[in-house]
Amino acid sequence: MENKSLVSINDYTKEEYQKILDLAEEFEVRTTQKILENYVVATLFFEPSTRTRLSFESAASRLGAKVIGFTDSASTSVKKGESLKDTILTVSKYSDIIVMRHPREGSAKYASEVSPVPIINAGDGSNQHPTQTLLDLYSIRKTQGSLDNKEVAFVGDLKFGRTVHSLVIALCSFNTTFHLVSPVELKLPSYVKKHIKESNLTYYQYTDLSDVIPKVDILYMTRIQRERFSDPIEYEKVKNSYILKNNMLNNSKDNLKILHPLPRVNEITEDVDSNPKAYYFQQAQNGVYVRQALLTTILGAK
Amino acid sequence: MKNIPRKELKVSAIENGTVIDHIPSENVFQVVKMLNLKNIGSQITVGINLESKKFGKKGILKVSDIYFEIEEINKIALVAPSATLIEIKDYEVISKKNISIPNEIMKFVKCFNPNCITNHENITTKFNVIKEEGEEVKLHCTYCDKITKKENITFI
Repeated sequence: MENKSLVSINDYTKEEYQKILDLAEEFEVRTTQKILENYVVATLFFEPSTRTRLSFESAASRLGAKVIGFTDSASTSVKKGESLKDTILTVSKYSDIIVMRHPREGSAKYASEVSPVPIINAGDGSNQHPTQTLLDLYSIRKTQGSLDNKEVAFVGDLKFGRTVHSLVIALCSFNTTFHLVSPVELKLPSYVKKHIKESNLTYYQYTDLSDVIPKVDILYMTRIQRERFSDPIEYEKVKNSYILKNNMLNNSKDNLKILHPLPRVNEITEDVDSNPKAYYFQQAQNGVYVRQALLTTILGAK
Repeated sequence: MKNIPRKELKVSAIENGTVIDHIPSENVFQVVKMLNLKNIGSQITVGINLESKKFGKKGILKVSDIYFEIEEINKIALVAPSATLIEIKDYEVISKKNISIPNEIMKFVKCFNPNCITNHENITTKFNVIKEEGEEVKLHCTYCDKITKKENITFI
């Protein structure tokens, strides 16, 4: 994995990402370790992101690395018409590793082909967001003891949610049973279901959230966006059906944990936050440990 | 008295070179473009809407003095899947091959995903060809991971 870009979750084998998760556990115990003091990490965010960028910068800072970069391409020479290739080639001269978010699908793969330093994909359009998948896996493993044989529900926008697609595909290696809850218009795409079928695993589809809650170990919530609907009336019909309220958790399993990639809007009401089953803010915190593990592994410092 | 129909070549024979036969008429010029034929100096005969027993109408290309690698010809399979590659020496057919769709297509096809990086930067496109039984071929973009179906293929 040393010196190797991370573009897609499929770049790593099951064993390789288990190793990243093991290392992340070490960082959870001892977060501040100045092992990257001689390194420069570039964070190139061609489109805005709060959590992912801050989490990477926090991870790099806690390891003693220097962070350079930009948070919005409007303030860079990209606006003057510079190609992505030129930007990457230039920044690679200033840094040891590049963390990149870009609005176009395939940009991370292309960057990894032209860059002499490793690239970590922090989201390329609607395509891949592998570090989110790693932190989701870490959160499931940590709260459930292992990744194997879990009942996992995905709720909300399963069609466009890239975090859902990557996590479903990753969980296919762990004998997961999938419970897919979404409006008909936002069902999980067939290419993702194909992975489930090819792994000989079971999935159930629902349009109603309440039936599912008592059955599952993990409830992975996502936001439903108005602009995803071709017909605004359809949105109005379903917008309140996928909101999780605290009283809906009464019959849930003791080990249930609620995950959400954040930002949340209204799909989890605030009265859930104080329930010990709510795990989304710890999940965001786990993102720092996982990114520390990734940076040190790829830079060969651990 | 039996009337024996005279066998007549609509497009004159070549002495040496390659004949690409059974090209769908409407795609002949696409094939010319894909094989970059306008930049070679040899004599080229183009036939379009010729009668064909198998296909009704067909197109044909005769390229004098040039022989192609089958790998190079295979890239036309997307527009001319039924094409035959015939090599001629001294007016004799020395080999006849059917072309087949390669596993990888580079350069000629545009990714159908408007948000794919290949549609915004100067990048050579690259697709894995998905062939499933009973289905039309599909192209999987190695950059954005999206699928371009046969009916959505546009050539660069």
